[in-house]
Amino acid sequence: MIKLIGLLIVAAGFALRFNTLLVVMAAGIVTGLAAGMSFNEVLGLFGKYFIENRYMTLTVVLMLPVVGLLERYGLRERAETIVRRVRAVTAGRVLIVYTAVRQVSIAFGVNIGGHAAMVRPLVSPMAEGAAHARHGTLPEKTTEAIRAHAAAAENIGNFFGEDTVFAVGAVLLIQGTLRAQGYEVGLWSLSLWGIPTALVAFCCLVWRARVLDRRIARDVPETRADGGQRPPGPASRRVRLAVTEIKKERR
Amino acid sequence: MTLLGLDVFYVVAGVFLLLVAGNIASDPTHPKRWGSALFWGLLAVTFLAGKVLPPVAVGYMMLAMVALAATKRLGFAGKAQASGEERAHSTDLLENRIFAPALLIPVTAMVGTWALGRLHVWGVSLLDPANTTVAAVCLGAVGAIGLAAGLTGARPATPVEEGSRLVQTIGWALILPQFLAALGGVFSKAGVGPVVAELVARALPTQIPFVAVFAYCTGMALLTMCMGNAFAAFPVITLGIGLPFIVHQHAGNPAIMAAIGMLSGYCGTLMTPMAANFNIVPAMLLELKDKNAVIKAQMPIGLTILVANILLMYSCVYRF
Repeated sequence: MIKLIGLLIVAAGFALRFNTLLVVMAAGIVTGLAAGMSFNEVLGLFGKYFIENRYMTLTVVLMLPVVGLLERYGLRERAETIVRRVRAVTAGRVLIVYTAVRQVSIAFGVNIGGHAAMVRPLVSPMAEGAAHARHGTLPEKTTEAIRAHAAAAENIGNFFGEDTVFAVGAVLLIQGTLRAQGYEVGLWSLSLWGIPTALVAFCCLVWRARVLDRRIARDVPETRADGGQRPPGPASRRVRLAVTEIKKERR
Repeated sequence: MTLLGLDVFYVVAGVFLLLVAGNIASDPTHPKRWGSALFWGLLAVTFLAGKVLPPVAVGYMMLAMVALAATKRLGFAGKAQASGEERAHSTDLLENRIFAPALLIPVTAMVGTWALGRLHVWGVSLLDPANTTVAAVCLGAVGAIGLAAGLTGARPATPVEEGSRLVQTIGWALILPQFLAALGGVFSKAGVGPVVAELVARALPTQIPFVAVFAYCTGMALLTMCMGNAFAAFPVITLGIGLPFIVHQHAGNPAIMAAIGMLSGYCGTLMTPMAANFNIVPAMLLELKDKNAVIKAQMPIGLTILVANILLMYSCVYRF
């Protein structure tokens, strides 16, 4: 039971908003010591895994110079301009299309996305541009919501397409784990049983994307009604204020 | 033998990070000049010399990076970017050609995965066959820098400056995924997983078939949330709950159990700050004020898919 102390430290550290790197390192060191390792052994383990997992940071780091350079030359603005020409486009629909493409392509083993390579330079500007074209200037909380959902679209597409059609990492891990316990399972049956969840995941994203579109529509008239200046007070009061102002206009 | 293994790209990334550190150190107006330069310099060393350094030395370097981040010695100058007008002007000149480098990355990933990974010339493979996807993406990124520099006619220093701006926008969160992976490793070595599996198994009446499915799926999601990684949770929960209860006790189908179980783990990944590369780094990269905004957006999706997985597994695993 004492081994679970690391999880406790992580939970407490996150709750108290300490620096996350500090929380993680402390949790690891305490867990290691509780399991009977020496301080240097734990640090050695940390160092070993840090080096082994450099690939996690590698793709992001290599992407940053090119994304930064293209942004300086107006990539994000261009992506917004292009998307405005399509009339039927909304922020939610941009995300739905992206997730569909991402799920299908990764199902065939091709990893075309990524937060650094696609979401920041293309997907989020396109979604923001679509919302901007429809609703005018967006308040900050709306922009934040669109961006957060763009990141979510990338994750959903990435996670829930992967286990279908072509066997990649996860499927091979499943097969290896079961084989070690004396169970032979075929790659195809594993892939097949990943498909229903992939469909559910896509439907969930469609649902959230539509909620997002409704939320944008709700947020923007609200701020426009009082001239872009939000009065202080809870959201419900702001809505009521906005509603009364709209009613006034109608009279 | 491999021509373009990951090691080549680690060196490229290391050199870039070293340039970022140099860029910061040579900027007297930077508010946290030396702390920041030291932090990115240390990270550059782990990329350049990771394989030859003893792991304990890397561990102490990690401690130093934690100390710098925790004492707020890391900062960002918020350097002046090109103004909106300037950017609009240059895009008008480049028009849609500006998309070419950005699209080169996915195209290279596609070609790389399908073709280059299998290409052998005189016994030398072009891309590392064990890491084709990652190597292909890296190749695309490096190619895109070249193409972008050619198209825009930017000075060689510009990609470094702009990259440095983005590196500092993400800040210390950039290395959080590696820290969490290391923590996951320490957790497995210390045997945290089996304890969790045993607790779940003991707390629930797994002799009821539905409860066994429920325990397995939620166990996968919960342990993934603790470890930040479904791959680390999978063997633990499958050996601790899945095989003994679903397969042995109730004669369930192992393939259905495992496939849907792994996807239940991914639901956990959507809902935890421990999966920093998917949830926290993007929040920093997209410059969100609330670094948990991505998790909050994913929460309804993660819970719905988890419920769907439980129902799906219950209705299929004992039947087929």
